Amino acid sequence: MNAVDTALTGKSAPRLVSGNNACALGAIAAGCRFFAGYPITPSSEIAERLARRLPEVGGVFVQMEDEIASMAAVIGASMGGVKAMTATSGPGFSLKQENLGYAAGAEIPCVIVNVMRGGPSTGMPTRPSQADLMQARWGSHGDYPIIVLTPGSVREIFDETIRAFDLAESCRSPVVLLYDQVLAQLSETVALDGARSGVGVVRKWASGPRSEYRPYAADASGIPAMSRPGAGYRTHTTGLTHGEDGFPTQNPEAVTRNLSRLFSKLERNRSAIDSSATLHCNDADVVIVALGITARAASRAVELCRAQGVRAGLFRPITLWPFPEQALRAAAATARAVLVPEMNAGQLCLEVERVLAGTRVEGLHRFNGEPIVPVEIAARAAALAGE
Amino acid sequence: MMLIDSAADFEIKDYLRMEMMPHFLCPGCGHGIALRALLWAVHDLGIDKDRLAVVSGIGCAGRLSAYVDANTFHVTHGRPLAYATGLALARPDLNVVVITGDGDCLAIGGNHLIHACRRNLKITCLMLNNEVYGMTGGQVSPTTSETRLTTTTPQGNSEPHFDACALAMAAGAGFVGREVTRHVPKLKELIKAGLDHPGFAFVEVLSDCTEIFGRKNDMGSSPEMMLRQKSELRPTAYRDTVDMPFRANSLPTGILAKNERPEYGATYRREAAPRHGVSR
Repeated sequence: MNAVDTALTGKSAPRLVSGNNACALGAIAAGCRFFAGYPITPSSEIAERLARRLPEVGGVFVQMEDEIASMAAVIGASMGGVKAMTATSGPGFSLKQENLGYAAGAEIPCVIVNVMRGGPSTGMPTRPSQADLMQARWGSHGDYPIIVLTPGSVREIFDETIRAFDLAESCRSPVVLLYDQVLAQLSETVALDGARSGVGVVRKWASGPRSEYRPYAADASGIPAMSRPGAGYRTHTTGLTHGEDGFPTQNPEAVTRNLSRLFSKLERNRSAIDSSATLHCNDADVVIVALGITARAASRAVELCRAQGVRAGLFRPITLWPFPEQALRAAAATARAVLVPEMNAGQLCLEVERVLAGTRVEGLHRFNGEPIVPVEIAARAAALAGE
Repeated sequence: MMLIDSAADFEIKDYLRMEMMPHFLCPGCGHGIALRALLWAVHDLGIDKDRLAVVSGIGCAGRLSAYVDANTFHVTHGRPLAYATGLALARPDLNVVVITGDGDCLAIGGNHLIHACRRNLKITCLMLNNEVYGMTGGQVSPTTSETRLTTTTPQGNSEPHFDACALAMAAGAGFVGREVTRHVPKLKELIKAGLDHPGFAFVEVLSDCTEIFGRKNDMGSSPEMMLRQKSELRPTAYRDTVDMPFRANSLPTGILAKNERPEYGATYRREAAPRHGVSR
């Protein structure tokens, strides 16, 4: 049984899988049938795996002429009704922001994987980083909502890739899957069981007579039904600010109505979007907030602290954006101090400071291409707990 | 004559979103003529509006998709061919037409054009060339003729301009043609041939920008600009001018290249997925 069959049938023996391959397998399990990409380290294994596997499940793989074109092709395929994904790393993620903004504004479901490597610019292509956390939220111009998921293990990359497609379809939004070079190329023994056999969440498609269909009118969910080309609706999709009819408008009332719905649509669906994990936060004097491979180190740091009698806990956002404010406040309820280790010059700590205003928040930052190790985190956490 | 007769049963309103009228084009603009020719060609070929997808970029040409009663996608600047590539690969059942301008297609979108020509996916690309960035107020474009005045070439353009058809041919486009807005039935026939071509088809339409480009260059009224099309263009085989495509004082029109090499989508579905076939 090959990996595709495994992913599709849900039957799986434990096997050695890298993070990038888990992402590719998760995409196929989620019903992804279109991938457009451009070679870039350290994400290329996703494209290479899907170039082989997608045709086997009736899908299409295409290597485009550049990162911009691959993002555009993904949106084009999704506008045609096919679940679609691209994968890249920092420099490519910068180039994708233009069309990512289009997908956010026109509400076209798609999944963008960004395997974070050191930056700025070409940076350190083979070294890990977590410096795209804010770019993932704010990288394209204008206000727009976006979902960003930050898995913390190979198995979680598989699961969160599936959830990325589900959320993209159900929320009509681009979803960014963000993980670092270590997780991407780390191989772990995992059983990819529990995978679905079907195609997962199906987009809400337009139904009823054409005369009554308004492409950007929504019910209480805030998510409009999409029209599938060929289904007879013959609608217009534009990156210009549009009204409920989909056509460009600069009428202040129409703009306010549509953009207010757009900006609030993820808030209305937070219960499905939010995801986080905690470790020993119930009685913690110091709570560590970390994600990705740094959270792996932090979980070991919590064990080291506890062995020394230091009451440390870990809060790990799995959905990074929208940020899980309530869960963090609950996790840090007993904490006197919060430590935020991250492979950047200080990004996640800004959001933690905002959410936990009044609580002492310290960062532990590294941006030299080396992961942060457990003993460093444990030492800082123990020091914070003792102060 | 035959070309005119087929207009008898063509009613453009059947293919337009009349609720979008009045359109935003300036008086004398050639883009409306090009759109009419496209829709007439669609009509002649009996293409189902529900199976017609029109993808357009940014600029005056880019705004045309909103007027077409079809599945229409007004995307980002320079990228309509890249969006269309995804759409056409995912949905080979659709007739995918791209409407783009000279700036959209040849400047910001130049990379996508040459690779679309090379890839040879079934897409018909209609590039409306008016030699200027009209939407943004009249800046120089990659097709602006030498010495012409624009807002960003106040002393006259000194950059050589692209011959878009020569570029498309060099990049491997299987179908390349050029026509002027002055000859609507001929333009329609050229677009029809492009739509019928089983691969990537590049059609350049020489369209006049009277209000911005023409006014700035003292080129007279819209009819006078159309007469200029007559004096500067001639139907010819491309090989007659291929040695001097730049700065030629006459540009060839008509079908300039036509060869049927394997269409990419069909090749992919046949060769990449021998056992399963591609859905849809």
